[in-house]
Amino acid sequence: MSGHDHGDDGVSRRKVLECMTWAGTGVLWTITGGVPRSLGIIDSAEAATAAAPGMTFLQISDSHVGFDKPANPNALGTLEEAVNKINAMPAKPSFMIHTGDITHLSKAAEFDNADRIISQSKLDVHYVPGEHDFLDEEVKFYRERYGRGTKGAGWYSFDAGGVHFVGLVNVVDLKAGGLGNLGAEQLAWLEDDLRGKSKSTPIVLFAHIPLWTVYPEWGWGTEDGGRALEYVKGFGSVTVLNGHIHQVMQKVEGNVTFHTARSTAFPQPAPGTASSPGPMKVEDTKLRSMLGVASINFKQNEQRLAIIDTPLQG
Amino acid sequence: MKTLNRRDFGVAVAAAILLPVTTARADDTNMEVHIDNFVFQPPELTIKVGTTVTWTNRDDIPHTVVSAGKFRSKALDTDDKFTFTFTDAGDYKYFCSLHPHMTGMIKVE
Ligand SMILES: [Cu+2]
Repeated sequence: MSGHDHGDDGVSRRKVLECMTWAGTGVLWTITGGVPRSLGIIDSAEAATAAAPGMTFLQISDSHVGFDKPANPNALGTLEEAVNKINAMPAKPSFMIHTGDITHLSKAAEFDNADRIISQSKLDVHYVPGEHDFLDEEVKFYRERYGRGTKGAGWYSFDAGGVHFVGLVNVVDLKAGGLGNLGAEQLAWLEDDLRGKSKSTPIVLFAHIPLWTVYPEWGWGTEDGGRALEYVKGFGSVTVLNGHIHQVMQKVEGNVTFHTARSTAFPQPAPGTASSPGPMKVEDTKLRSMLGVASINFKQNEQRLAIIDTPLQG
Repeated sequence: MKTLNRRDFGVAVAAAILLPVTTARADDTNMEVHIDNFVFQPPELTIKVGTTVTWTNRDDIPHTVVSAGKFRSKALDTDDKFTFTFTDAGDYKYFCSLHPHMTGMIKVE
């Protein structure tokens, strides 16, 4: 298997290990003895076998339902393709998370259309909002649909398969010149939420904007994301999942694995490779290779975690 | 060439009425800021009291124009406009509340 192998030997558990993968068909991660290790780029056939036992959940992101510009005039159509892909998976995932920008302009019809397509997956979906879902004047559409039982602007936690999941909101109350923002109230809640949890509990944090600093020049990071990461420091296995940047990017730091998912709507350029982070126009035949979904598999007793990105095509 | 929508037309008419005919230059009381590639263009603008500034979003992504306590646009989709008339002198820092790294300044003299 080709590709990307981090430190077979000589990497101590404490040593900070950093790596980025810009894109690929799929990347499989394992955690052995607390050290995450990339097994390399894999195709979806291998991914399906690798992800067999244990708990699997899916991540989709940045559907931007309502977007109709040249980069992808039919964002609803590619979301439906993603859902069809999910329905065709050999093993049904336990549930799905959506990391925001469900809609493009927070319109009622956009939320309706998104719901109609996503519900065809017949999976429980746990949402966090993106900035595009909070554009209506009173920010009521997102909250009425997805905010039930959540705190503040929509944060919450739940447990599944022995893993503690925390959905965070970092798209409100953004300050001029700043990045994404969690805010004091949410951080206090998070600290409290994690208090008393056994350090061996795998933790998954998910939010729209990356909690780590990807590229501040384009606002790709969260001002106070470091505070959230402080609170999960002592845990043996931490996975941080985001959307917002519409491309696969991964980083491993100690026991924390960061991962951003593709969009189902349109690709965005790699940091600094264009004059802005706006939608990237690619050839029609290439678009579907740059959109997709991610599935995450936990094999708890083997201390193993695997993230598999599946593009819509290719 | 773009067609003038009704609101632009109203602004243009109002400006023409307010100005003495001999010195009437649209630039004096109407200024434009464009949003292109996630940047306010020009990022800084010096104007006279009474000037109306029109922001136009030319990106494929919505943006906002917000100056804390002073003005706040709705989310502007592609080609949407926001106008504000500055009746007091001062420095008006503003930003896009969706992409806060986008900032701009209007200096009113
Ligand atoms: Cu997005």
